[in-house]
Amino acid sequence: MSGEVEASTVEQQEMQDTVVSPEKTEEAKLKARYPHLGAKPGGSDLLRKRLQKGQKYFDSGDYNMAKAKMKNKQLPAAAAEKTEITGDHIPTPQDLPQRKQSLVASKLAV
Amino acid sequence: MVSGAGGGGNDVQWCFSQVKGAIDDDVAEADIISTVEFNHSGELLATGDKGGRVVIFQQETENKSQPQCRSEYNVYSTFQSHEPEFDYLKSLEIEEKINKIRWLPQKNAAQFLLSTNDKTIKLWKISERDKRPEGYNLKEEDGRYRDATTITTLRVPVFRPMDLMVEASPRRVFANAHTYHINSISVNSDNETYLSADDLRINLWHLEITDRSFNIVDIKPANMEELTEVITAAEFHPHQCNTFVYSSSKGTIRLCDMRASALCDKHSKLFEEPEDPSNRSFFSEIISSISDVKFSHNGRYMMTRDYLSVKIWDINMENRPVETYQVHEYLRSKLCSLYENDCIFDKFECCWNGNDSVVMTGSYNNFFRMLDRTQRRDVTLEASRESCKPRQLLKPRRVCAGGKRKKDEISVDSLDFNKKILHTAWHPQENIIAVATTNNLYIFQEKVN
Repeated sequence: MSGEVEASTVEQQEMQDTVVSPEKTEEAKLKARYPHLGAKPGGSDLLRKRLQKGQKYFDSGDYNMAKAKMKNKQLPAAAAEKTEITGDHIPTPQDLPQRKQSLVASKLAV
Repeated sequence: MVSGAGGGGNDVQWCFSQVKGAIDDDVAEADIISTVEFNHSGELLATGDKGGRVVIFQQETENKSQPQCRSEYNVYSTFQSHEPEFDYLKSLEIEEKINKIRWLPQKNAAQFLLSTNDKTIKLWKISERDKRPEGYNLKEEDGRYRDATTITTLRVPVFRPMDLMVEASPRRVFANAHTYHINSISVNSDNETYLSADDLRINLWHLEITDRSFNIVDIKPANMEELTEVITAAEFHPHQCNTFVYSSSKGTIRLCDMRASALCDKHSKLFEEPEDPSNRSFFSEIISSISDVKFSHNGRYMMTRDYLSVKIWDINMENRPVETYQVHEYLRSKLCSLYENDCIFDKFECCWNGNDSVVMTGSYNNFFRMLDRTQRRDVTLEASRESCKPRQLLKPRRVCAGGKRKKDEISVDSLDFNKKILHTAWHPQENIIAVATTNNLYIFQEKVN
């Protein structure tokens, strides 16, 4: 009697699997694309990556160079102006390009 | 306000009020909004962004002669709260992004808020100056010292009115207490202490003391290989100053009582919904990670947000939530791509309305969801520049999961997953909501007839 009950629950389980939860289908898709993916997704690897978040630099010099590079990206217009006034012409304060504000105000505050 | 209680989700019609921020699609990283918070009266609305800046808006006092003219929020103050730093020991950049802002209850004329990035919490004082002293004896009005030999009479300096100036000044800096990244701050109802939580630890601070902090929760394992879960959010109970909760990446919430012991590693209550093991998949744990936990205003319930749902828990019942709402169930069949593009790790926040009858949370495609607990109804609305006419009514949106798409529905595959609404806030008393898209802040209000 109990054997029959067990068999039917196993059948039910199989049916559920074949009816297939969308999650399990998605899981199968993922495993197909990345066969080397570990079995434990929430495991320590993922968490440790999370704890480690942030860009790693070689040292503070590397960091400051990267920051300077970003600032330079914002100032190409100013650089072009400079080449016009150096050389023969003695620059006056009015000629020099406005120093770009180091801290730019938020666009929400306009 | 007529509505007073701030209730209703679906008998309330929402209409556009204001939008702040640049229209252009080219979004600078610094402009990405990272937190939104009303103060306790709702008069002030603060936003923080990835560039470390805070902008505070103030509600204009209502024009009584024109009741149709809804009070607007205008810029009150803006300042640079945090700057990027470099951690020399680990060779890592410490982002200036503001993770959270929390207001202190107002005690005097000035306003105070706590703002935090990954490592440092700052207490800011925002004060108004509308008078300045004039008529000094030894100085001219521009500050230059007067020649003492020319002074023949004495006068009493007086205060004269001046244009309103709002000043923000950092009053306390709470630094060097977190090894991991701060995800939450919460002010205690005792108005003296607050907690700050990172991935593995929670610290208790006194607002006046910056050189000492008490560690009250520490879940760091002795061996980091054994790490199985991290702290995702923490909050103090709104009335019980001894009680706080913290949520985990495994979908559990722990309630702790600080009277029980100094170190609250042992929880007083553990809230966890049992999972059907046959439903378990690769994604189960990731989507069960709680991204936000918020107590109701009455302190009886707490709300948690995980990737696909919002759950309401009765703090007296640990074994399951009392209510569960699906936010965007149609994403369950898209988990594979959402894992690949990292969207599955997005941290959505949630909030209660003033009388705890409606909750709100964000989704993708600049959609946000209003879930009415009393009427058991829900609606999906959109924050879009196309619905920006003054007092324009927001139309409910529908997402079609598959099969035939009806008119006015949008298909799941057409959703823009880069347009996320992670941060929303609800005015503490009125039906006014602030919804942050990537770089714009929308303010919606209840339609008044």
